[in-house]
Amino acid sequence: MKQPISLIVNGERHDTLCQPNLTLLEVLRENLQLTGTKHGCELGECGACAVLLDGEPVLSCLVLAMECDGQQITTVEGLTRGASLHPLQAAFADHGAAQCGYCTPGVLVTAKALLDRNPCPSRTEVREALSGNLCRCTGYLQILDAVDAAAHVLREEKR
Amino acid sequence: MLRLPEFQLLSPQSLSEALALLQADPEHSSILAGGTDLLPNMKRRQQTPRRLISLRNVAELGQLTVAADEVRIGGSVRLRTIETHEALAAELRGLVQAVSQIATVHIRGTATIGGNLCLDTRCEYYNQSQPWRQAIGFCKKKDGDICWVATSSPRCLAVSSTDAAPALMALGAQVQLCSASGTRELPLADLYQNDGIHYLSKRPDEVLTLIRIPQRAGQRSAYWKLRRRGSFDFPLLGVAVAVQRDDAGIVQHAQVALGAVSSRPLLVPEASALLCGQPLGDEQIRQAAEAAYPLAKPMDHADMSLSYRKAMVKSLVTSALREVRGDDVSQDRQRLMRVLG
Amino acid sequence: MKDRPLHIIGKARRRVDARAKVTGETRYADDLHLPRMLHCRMLRSPLPHAKIVSIDASRAKALPGVHLVLTGADMPTTFGILPVSQDEHALCLDKVRFVGDPVAAVVAQTELIAEEALALIDVQYEPLQTISAPEEALAHPEPRIHDYGDSGNVHKAVALSFGSVDQGFAEADHVFEDTFHYAGNTHLPLETHAAVAALDPDGKLTIWSSTQTPHYVHRSIAKVLGLPPSRVRVISTPQGGGFGGKTDPFNHEIVVCKAAMMLGRPVKVCLSREEVFYCHRGRHPVLMKLRCGVKQDGTLTALHLQTLLDGGAYGSYGVASTFYTGALATVTYHLPNYRFEGCRVFTNKPPCGPKRGHGTVQPRFGQEVQLDKIAEKLAIDPAELRLRIVEKPGSLTANFLRVQSIGLADCIRSVVRRSGFSDKHRKLPYGKGVGIACSSYLSGAGMPIYYNDMPHSGVQLKLDRSGLVTAFCGVAEVGQGCDDVLCACVAEVLGVDVADVKVVTGDSDLSPVDLGSYSSRVTMMMGNAAIAAAERARELVATAVADKLGIASDQLVFAHGRVFDAAAPEKGMSFREAVVIAEAATGTIGTTGSYKPEKPAALFKGGGVGPSPAYSYTAAVVEVSVDPQTGWLGVDKIWIAHDIGRALNPTLARGQVEGSVYMGLGEALMEEQAFRRLPPKLSGALVHRTPSILEYKSLTSLEMPEVDIELLEDPDPNGPFGGKEVGQGPLLPIMPAIANAIFDAVGVRIDEVPITPEKILKALGQKAAGKPGRIGPKDFPAVSYPEPLQVPTPWQGGDGRATNEVARPKDKRAKNV
Repeated sequence: MKQPISLIVNGERHDTLCQPNLTLLEVLRENLQLTGTKHGCELGECGACAVLLDGEPVLSCLVLAMECDGQQITTVEGLTRGASLHPLQAAFADHGAAQCGYCTPGVLVTAKALLDRNPCPSRTEVREALSGNLCRCTGYLQILDAVDAAAHVLREEKR
Repeated sequence: MLRLPEFQLLSPQSLSEALALLQADPEHSSILAGGTDLLPNMKRRQQTPRRLISLRNVAELGQLTVAADEVRIGGSVRLRTIETHEALAAELRGLVQAVSQIATVHIRGTATIGGNLCLDTRCEYYNQSQPWRQAIGFCKKKDGDICWVATSSPRCLAVSSTDAAPALMALGAQVQLCSASGTRELPLADLYQNDGIHYLSKRPDEVLTLIRIPQRAGQRSAYWKLRRRGSFDFPLLGVAVAVQRDDAGIVQHAQVALGAVSSRPLLVPEASALLCGQPLGDEQIRQAAEAAYPLAKPMDHADMSLSYRKAMVKSLVTSALREVRGDDVSQDRQRLMRVLG
Repeated sequence: MKDRPLHIIGKARRRVDARAKVTGETRYADDLHLPRMLHCRMLRSPLPHAKIVSIDASRAKALPGVHLVLTGADMPTTFGILPVSQDEHALCLDKVRFVGDPVAAVVAQTELIAEEALALIDVQYEPLQTISAPEEALAHPEPRIHDYGDSGNVHKAVALSFGSVDQGFAEADHVFEDTFHYAGNTHLPLETHAAVAALDPDGKLTIWSSTQTPHYVHRSIAKVLGLPPSRVRVISTPQGGGFGGKTDPFNHEIVVCKAAMMLGRPVKVCLSREEVFYCHRGRHPVLMKLRCGVKQDGTLTALHLQTLLDGGAYGSYGVASTFYTGALATVTYHLPNYRFEGCRVFTNKPPCGPKRGHGTVQPRFGQEVQLDKIAEKLAIDPAELRLRIVEKPGSLTANFLRVQSIGLADCIRSVVRRSGFSDKHRKLPYGKGVGIACSSYLSGAGMPIYYNDMPHSGVQLKLDRSGLVTAFCGVAEVGQGCDDVLCACVAEVLGVDVADVKVVTGDSDLSPVDLGSYSSRVTMMMGNAAIAAAERARELVATAVADKLGIASDQLVFAHGRVFDAAAPEKGMSFREAVVIAEAATGTIGTTGSYKPEKPAALFKGGGVGPSPAYSYTAAVVEVSVDPQTGWLGVDKIWIAHDIGRALNPTLARGQVEGSVYMGLGEALMEEQAFRRLPPKLSGALVHRTPSILEYKSLTSLEMPEVDIELLEDPDPNGPFGGKEVGQGPLLPIMPAIANAIFDAVGVRIDEVPITPEKILKALGQKAAGKPGRIGPKDFPAVSYPEPLQVPTPWQGGDGRATNEVARPKDKRAKNV
């Protein structure tokens, strides 16, 4: 039986009807057509579906949409600043951190949560923060470089 | 994509409401805490509850208090909260080390401590999709009548894979179980039974509501974990130790616990006996490791060979005890677990 | 063209599709949603080998929401990637060959309904004896998994002999004989395969699919569904990784096409992670025996390589894979005499196929570890040994591979210098070690998969008065950056900004054929085609502009978005103005370019596998720490040098190197496509041990070491702007370098992949007990290889033909691979 829920996705309120067995991933991708969030296993084993729930990275494949009623959700679509890229997005583009791009949305939001909490992470801290996001293309190193470069830009912005 | 079967989702606003809902049909209900264990299992149809009772809005289960004599952690406290709790990092290092190595940062942001303690036992013949399990003719734990790990085994050999349990057992934790008919408290070790199917002594109508950990002055604890990678993987072996020494360096209290070596986490009482009343010397550590070794009975139903998982028991017990002794084992820890701290 | 300064090529640059990838706007196949779209799920066999007795789908059809149930009888025509292995059905017709083989498909209103309907399909099977391993396949010719192939359950057995192998061994001071095993592993792209099929408003069939080879999918769909290819449109959506795993035409692609045609509604399928393990086509498990003759100074006198490939249940690329296990042994080190015997067998497991480094990875592991043993025995530094025997540029090898540029010696020197290898090798404390290994890989297969004389890649350009250049090409964007390469090549030649080039790729209705993203062929072939098309456009524009300006057209420079006089740069115009002049002068502007590799020098049967326009070279040094108490292995650092010819976009090139190193390291340390056979007395089950992304172990960010890279740029005459491949070659040296480093660290040999702490600890235990500190296969089974084709080498005056080959119908080489 469908029930109404409202999700605050990227700052916008979305009212939708949803069955209890739908995950946040399904509602984002299929009800709201926000297909930027990806899926690679739907079992919590890859990190591709990561989104921010009230600022914390979670796996949208393991969260029931109804349990998110009224909560703030940030997806990759919400990172862009108007027509401009978020510094993380720009750095990922410039450093080759997105090859096939499929893990990228999950990595980006996870990296954003890290930098929101820790503006100046060490490379080891970045590795740890992103250790729940599998990437099969890059070998992670360009991702680490990109997060470092973005952290620098974000620190400069705050000055 | 893999999708969940249909179920009824109930969202009680209080513990009493939750317990009443559970009481109404415990056999067909599951508690939904973080859901990071339950939901994948439901997607693979390993578990097919008709009703999920969510604890998300049950505020009283989300409390974490650190007092001089006791730490109290509500069953719904998220692993991430424990991992990032400054006071806990100082007081209960072994617990924080264990919790911070569970799954991934994302899962720790959703998963709860109660959920990890009640984690379903795991097995390569069981943690599979319904079609895969059909291809092997199913197994004892779900829909079948044989244990493929050891076909003559009278019981299911699925392995306890909680990281938090050995850490908390070493720290002497008690857990509180509540049902509509009452509340009981028991040592955490007694929550577990050595049976892959009936691995908890918790009744279906009970909810794990609270964990109480006694504070012992000067106690030090550590948790060492064996797995292929520094993230994602369940433990192939978990070793937790907690040791309290007096000013002369004599061990007053010691516990060694093993995880992922049988269907339940184990305390190693022989190790406690060997260590207490002695200095924490190399020889005592060696003996404690020897004592732990025979208790580990890894089976061929997880990553890495069982002989290796067994062989690593001594090594990990030794490392954990050396760490609480104050040896600098950070490089070994970094190399084995790929994590700092 | 050669003398022109480069403005875009060679400069690190944001790839043209980067913005879409970082904003989540890239539309992968499963992101497509069409009105009235239905969803498809496939029922897969629970038995490893069985006859299908009956299928009753009546209960499934009756489930509300179910629109269609398809079975094998609906699409009885066979297909397969190679013309010689047309052994697949869209849905199994009469028998199933592995757990996961699809037998029926349900199309329903929702994916969940389709999934639930699968359980309502009743299939009766008659189980057949299961073949689980190559040794079993050799021992049991019956029951045959397929009714074709060389014999019994041997799919293909080949033997080639170049030069005087016996004489070579006779001249050797030492003969080394080693056996190695390389376990199977899989691609594990993060995106699972997906496809959407629909009838377009004209009634023609369109499929969007995550495929690396839209052209071959196009052919298969037309064949199985009996449609003229002109009525089928295949669009390769950007993929979330492929690594060779999306290179075959797949069951699900044909099924959704059939369903869309029958229902007149769009139909989507998106595979689960588990199903991707069943599609597989990954690395073949290969057992190898290498017998190598060497002189005291390290000179190789002969090599005899035998391989036994576990092919799984279908042909896939298997015949090519078999030849590839022998093809590239000759291109790194000078090998005067060489015998290769390869055999691929069928087993009841998911089919193996091409994975990054296709077929060459496994023997490279054996060859490079054996070289390390040779160096140890001869007391020659392993880097120095390799430098002594490196093949020379401009060589024609024993097996008639034409090699132009070879930067291998420079690669070796680069990694040795940067890693301090000479100061570390055999000098680090116990538990620390370094290892070196080298490799080479193709820059594109020299022959097409089906025999034809047409181009391997075509590029079409449209220029118009807007100043925009549109480039059309059938290539498939797997994530490697082919769209960026296309854009860059065109922009460079026409002197415009990459932002003024629009690419339209992977659409069979719109873009000229490119054979696909496999064998590291795209940069080489599409790049050359793009340059050719752009040069024609340039000439056309230059002619018109020169006429207008009254100067010679070869005096014109195209750069920075302008066309101007080289002698007087102010004399000129914007590129847009130049196109306006040209369009006015010549009419609507369109040009084409195409590329076809030179015909191979090898003329013997099987010689179609191995030839390439260019070969990349790689050397790597790995430093490891091994805990002797636990066998625990840490990879501390990797130095790698790759002879790339020219890095077209260094950011992407670096990404390919690091990605290859990462994937090689995963294979070396943990990745394995493992199976479980239950006790035969109790069950006939043979299942993938853990078809999940959790239990199929791949490196996380915590296991990936830092990688120090040098790209060596010695332009190859055949490469676009001199460029050679970079996407696969750098994977190859990693596994042997790890094995060699472990020997340096603790003195044990792990002659098999993956190399795990368990194996290291076991080897250490054996060594401590006075036994050989080695883990690896003990022997190599008796395989009935055919009588080898005898091919005299170039230095014996050979012409590329075998002396004992039965006359073959006129040039049919490619059909045989």
